[in-house]
Amino acid sequence: MDTEILARIQFAFTIAFHYIYPPLSIGIGLIMVIMEGLYLKTGKKAYEVLTRFWLKIFAITFGIGVATGIIMEFEFGTNWAVYSKYVGDIFGSALAAEGLFAFGLESTFLGILIFGWNRVSPKVHFISTIGVFFGSMFSAVWIVVANSWQQTPAGYHIVGEGLSARAEVTDFWAMVFNPSSVDRIIHTWQGAFLAGAFLVLSVHAYYILKGRYVEISKKAFKIALAVATVVSFTQLLSGHSSADGVAVNQPAKLAAMEGHYDKSAPADLYAFGWVDDENQKVTGLGIPGGLSFLVHQDFNAPITGLNAFPEDERPGQVNAVFQFYHIMISIGLFLIALTFYASFLWWRGKLFETKWLMKIFAFSVILPQIANQVGWFAAEMGRQPWIVYGHLRTSEGFSQEVSSNQIVFSLVLFTVVYTLLLILFLYSLNKKIKNGPYDEAKNELEII
Amino acid sequence: METFLGIDYPTLWYLVVGLLFSGYAILEGFDYGAGAWHLFLKKDLSRRIAINAIGPIWDANQVWLIIGGGALFAGFPVMYATMLSAMYIPFMLFLILLVLRSSAIKFRSAEEMLWWRKTWDIIYFVSNTLIAFLLGVVLGNVLQGFEIGPNFTYQGGIFFSFLSPYAIMVGFTTLSIFMTQGAIFLLLKTEGRLYARITFLLKKGMIFFIISFSITSLYTLIFIPGVADNFKETPIFFVLPILAFLAVANVPRLVSKKKYSYALVFSSLTMAFLLMLVAFQLYPVLLPSTIHPEHSVTIYNAASSQKSLGIMLTIVLIGTPLLAGYFIFLYKTFYGKVKLDDTSY
Repeated sequence: MDTEILARIQFAFTIAFHYIYPPLSIGIGLIMVIMEGLYLKTGKKAYEVLTRFWLKIFAITFGIGVATGIIMEFEFGTNWAVYSKYVGDIFGSALAAEGLFAFGLESTFLGILIFGWNRVSPKVHFISTIGVFFGSMFSAVWIVVANSWQQTPAGYHIVGEGLSARAEVTDFWAMVFNPSSVDRIIHTWQGAFLAGAFLVLSVHAYYILKGRYVEISKKAFKIALAVATVVSFTQLLSGHSSADGVAVNQPAKLAAMEGHYDKSAPADLYAFGWVDDENQKVTGLGIPGGLSFLVHQDFNAPITGLNAFPEDERPGQVNAVFQFYHIMISIGLFLIALTFYASFLWWRGKLFETKWLMKIFAFSVILPQIANQVGWFAAEMGRQPWIVYGHLRTSEGFSQEVSSNQIVFSLVLFTVVYTLLLILFLYSLNKKIKNGPYDEAKNELEII
Repeated sequence: METFLGIDYPTLWYLVVGLLFSGYAILEGFDYGAGAWHLFLKKDLSRRIAINAIGPIWDANQVWLIIGGGALFAGFPVMYATMLSAMYIPFMLFLILLVLRSSAIKFRSAEEMLWWRKTWDIIYFVSNTLIAFLLGVVLGNVLQGFEIGPNFTYQGGIFFSFLSPYAIMVGFTTLSIFMTQGAIFLLLKTEGRLYARITFLLKKGMIFFIISFSITSLYTLIFIPGVADNFKETPIFFVLPILAFLAVANVPRLVSKKKYSYALVFSSLTMAFLLMLVAFQLYPVLLPSTIHPEHSVTIYNAASSQKSLGIMLTIVLIGTPLLAGYFIFLYKTFYGKVKLDDTSY
């Protein structure tokens, strides 16, 4: 295989693996802030026990997130040297800000968060929890800013030609608030909140079903359900706003997402389907003119299709983009239905008696994870063939001096180590869940 | 070209990057160094204490690597891209070892089984040792220069060419100074018999350092061309090696007086002076080309735009005091001997 494909596989693999963890950390972070805040406010032992329990799980997800994240920081240079030189001037300030403002905050306070229970006062500990949570949110901001700039470049000009061409900042704030940043930051944050909230929901639904730690689990479940209900709905809004932006800034990506080929015709909105790229046809269930309606509030409004772009300036994997995008949407809609129904039952006081629903929650942890992954896959594959939209091609961005043998070597290492890491993560997560938030031999009443 | 206090922006950024990597070498250096002694500690409890000595702070110390890497990418993208793609294999090994090392810290004491702990102990020891060694090897390569042609294209070997004898010597020197630092740090954190054992190990570490440092210095003077050029022009900087020597000579004295905090400061100073020596010796080159000096990567041809450097210098001016504040708070909170409790690794 050639170096470009290998470099792309390696990047996709390492970033997808990395992205299991940071969303969990951000999401659990939010839930922990609420739990510990309630503890300080009410003084109830139950909330302290819950905070300590989730902190243990947070520590693992955060740790693996950092370890796999450092790899990303250096992989730009090792495998994407031309790209790195091209975007360094732009990416640089975002990365520097991420490191100093966000990562510095989260990593220093993490030590106090995890090991400081017996060394600092509850208030200082709570402030550390907030510090770590804000730090992780802020990390996401700068990374998504950098990625959004690749999708919708702004506040720059191009200097030089050929191999020495590069983008330089002309307006820092225009670069930071490029057309897609804000939508995508909010969308990413909310995806992370859902990932964390559903892990909490899943674990406590499991306890409730097993009849263990029931009272404390109900408290935790309610917190996470409140977060999940609000966020799954607002996520729909931010998704819509984000798609509107794509329609304006990356029309080829939007066209690929719905498999829309006609140069200028009303476009359909599919619930599901299959794209036959050769015959430029989509087979599936959809609303005729639905995409036109979503973008222009008019079923007959024309939408720019893939054929309006030269063959080499539009995404190659149309069906993949279509499928990833639709899986994300379906999961998003399902999560809204699930959380709204659960909230309704909560209001009617029947939530925890509805066993089948608890069973769904116990397994639903996987859904936001899948949605986060496929959402990014749709966004990044939809950006192709560009690495910097409209300026630099992916095929021009990789390191020319790195051979395919070298990448095979590192890819094998990553596969082995990451497989081991995933097993360890699941094993220790499982063990922490089995051990539970407190010693069951003790009287539950003392804790609650 | 824009200046601040009479210094041009690329030079300022060179100082920033130098400062960040020095911070990394000094702070995370003693973490790696402590880990490189791991198998020299025999009892399970000793090993657990050694890991928990760095437990609350290693993540924070690692921030310096992340910010340093970001700063290099941001300020000197050409250097970042050229060095990492040319040193592909050592950097990939370094990154994988970092993952293994953090896994070892997190998972080692999570199970009681002897085989589990012993396996992680070995992984922990090997990864720390090799990380320290590889960092030195990369530094050695940078000092020696790369085979860089026109347009910063790397033309050298790709798999094992990074293991030159000189680079290996710098690797050992780095490992030895990290181990010295690590042992002093462990003395601050331990008590009783473990403490006695580390006092003994520290002596070995210092001998290891003095031997490898002497060989490397001689090697540098004899075989690396142009090394003393900058010094001939500005002889005042000859004070740096002298200061480095004085700082390291002070360490055994402070250790024998049991003033470990000061000993750690002085061994850190040694490292700082040596890194300044390297920085001064290279300036304004970042990566010398062994093919022709005009192909070398310098702070001027590798730098980001004036505008971008200006923005980043502002970010650094705001961010650094904040970061320093967090660090002081963190280190104060965890000052003193290791006490294992239910939150420990």
